[in-house]
Amino acid sequence: MANTDYKPLLRAIYKDDDVVLSAVKSLREKGMKIKEVYSPFPIHGLDKALGLKETRIAMAAFMYGLFGLSVAITMTAYMMNFDWPQNIGGKPSMTWGNNMPAFVPILFELTVFFAAHLMVWTFMIINKLYPGAEPQNPDPRTTDDHFMIEVIAAKGVIDVLKESGAKEISEA
Amino acid sequence: MFVFTLKAKILAISLTLIGLVMLIIGFNTTSVHSLDLHEAAGIVLAEAPHGEDSHGVVSHGEDSHGAVSHGEDSHGAVSHAGHEDHGAANRPWSAFLVNTIFFLGIGVGTLFFLAIQYAAQAGWSAGILRVMESVSLFVSVPLLGLLFLAITGSMHLHYIWHWMQEGIMDPMSSNYDPLIAGKEGYLNAPFFILRTVIYLVIWGGAAYLLRRNSLREDRLPAGQNLFFTQRKLSAAFVVLYAVTSSTSAWDFIMSIDAHWFSTLFGWYTFAGMFVTALTVLNLLVIYLRMGGYLPWVNDNHQHDLGKFMFAFSVFWTYLWFSQYMLIWYSNIPEETPYYLARFGEFKLLFITMVVLNFLMPVLVLMSRDSKRIAGFISLAAVFVLAGHWMDHYIMIMPGSVGYNYGFGWAEIGGFLFYAGIFIYIVLHNLASAPLLMKNHAMIYESKLFHQ
Repeated sequence: MANTDYKPLLRAIYKDDDVVLSAVKSLREKGMKIKEVYSPFPIHGLDKALGLKETRIAMAAFMYGLFGLSVAITMTAYMMNFDWPQNIGGKPSMTWGNNMPAFVPILFELTVFFAAHLMVWTFMIINKLYPGAEPQNPDPRTTDDHFMIEVIAAKGVIDVLKESGAKEISEA
Repeated sequence: MFVFTLKAKILAISLTLIGLVMLIIGFNTTSVHSLDLHEAAGIVLAEAPHGEDSHGVVSHGEDSHGAVSHGEDSHGAVSHAGHEDHGAANRPWSAFLVNTIFFLGIGVGTLFFLAIQYAAQAGWSAGILRVMESVSLFVSVPLLGLLFLAITGSMHLHYIWHWMQEGIMDPMSSNYDPLIAGKEGYLNAPFFILRTVIYLVIWGGAAYLLRRNSLREDRLPAGQNLFFTQRKLSAAFVVLYAVTSSTSAWDFIMSIDAHWFSTLFGWYTFAGMFVTALTVLNLLVIYLRMGGYLPWVNDNHQHDLGKFMFAFSVFWTYLWFSQYMLIWYSNIPEETPYYLARFGEFKLLFITMVVLNFLMPVLVLMSRDSKRIAGFISLAAVFVLAGHWMDHYIMIMPGSVGYNYGFGWAEIGGFLFYAGIFIYIVLHNLASAPLLMKNHAMIYESKLFHQ
């Protein structure tokens, strides 16, 4: 999230994920505001330590699934019963309801397809990971073996960072 | 340590007794009706009395007669001059069989779940293995019930299994049915009873041995040698169960519709049994946690149990639909009668059952949070248990009872009878050993388990 009013940022580099986790905890205990943490891999328990809100992607996935289901119903009804009525498995009832068992695999597949693909795209757009997006990472070392905490500068932050085991501290 | 209170004992015993009385009433009331039916022989069967506890379906015209798989015309060209309709007389026996199979599912499903925890060396579940052991020891009771039904069936006291009729394998008899006679090598009374005994030995024996070793492990000073014994035992049981789960489903349920067959039937029955067992396990763990007996089990374990229940509800639906769709699509006369009965006479129950078994658990348990809340799991559990009772009802009733089906003394009585015994045995087993194993290899891992 971009801040509109300028607040100086401090960047602290760490060498170990456990140290990062405890540093995050102690920073938050002392009321410091952490803007972002960069890590080459997911750190177990970091989301809780950062106090991040629960993701709502599951709800989105459910909605996308319902959307996919309705697309599939519309598609099968239009193609097989309305536009060019088909005799399905010797059962030319020509109504969607009576031919429905034959469509269930399609309904299932399209529900899953829409839920999965739209969920991935949503995730990528929200996290600015789509192709051509500006890279967000301030330090390429955090994609290899370093970790970084970005803190909004306040009184005493540097001391806390040093105490918590930061290897280097710089101003953004 | 769990205590089996006097109050719970009285509840369990009185449930059993009430169930027994209701069963006896059920047996006596229907035998009167079957007399009526015999007096009315020759008159259109659809006009025969349907019993006091009649179901919602109002009219039974002659067209619905053909939908019932034991109606004359479902036998095709084969004529049954002396074919009597045993539906009404079968009813209390069938009701007992429905409840037996339902509770057998709880017992053997839990036993299988217990065995795969060992076979897969699962860590998360070690804290609730004692609960599983307590339930799986119950498996012998419904198996004894099945043995009772198999023996009474072979004595011609009832005709749930149509192929047990006198003369049905005899070309000279008026009851002769060449299709069933062709299956004589498998469907004959001595082998049937022998198979029931084999299930009793394998399933009951596995439950007994797993429990015995687990209790023995507690008394050992240290070491985990028995863990590997348990693992081998479980692996052997899982292999044997892979075969016996299918054959038992053919024996007790599929052979009711002796003309019909489905290669998926064993799995389908197993899936229903397994999800019933997982649901009961969920409820038991919730009950024990509420009483504070399982302090080492937290929301994460509950969440995983809920996931299992959710997943196997969907798995059951997948198998149910796979069986249905292939038969619907290919539309061959030898397969479709099964679903004609279920989509005719039993349509309302059939649709309700699918909604309860698939739609309700999916909607209630889909969200992550709901699987961590006891109230939501219990709500879904009620739907699933009701749905799978109805599923077993719909597997058994159309073939054995036909349009004489209903919901009365015998159905409720059979349920209460088994429920009482179930509560007694499970609570007794829970109280007879500590709920946490002392030397199990995975206890520490289970306590640390989180997501």
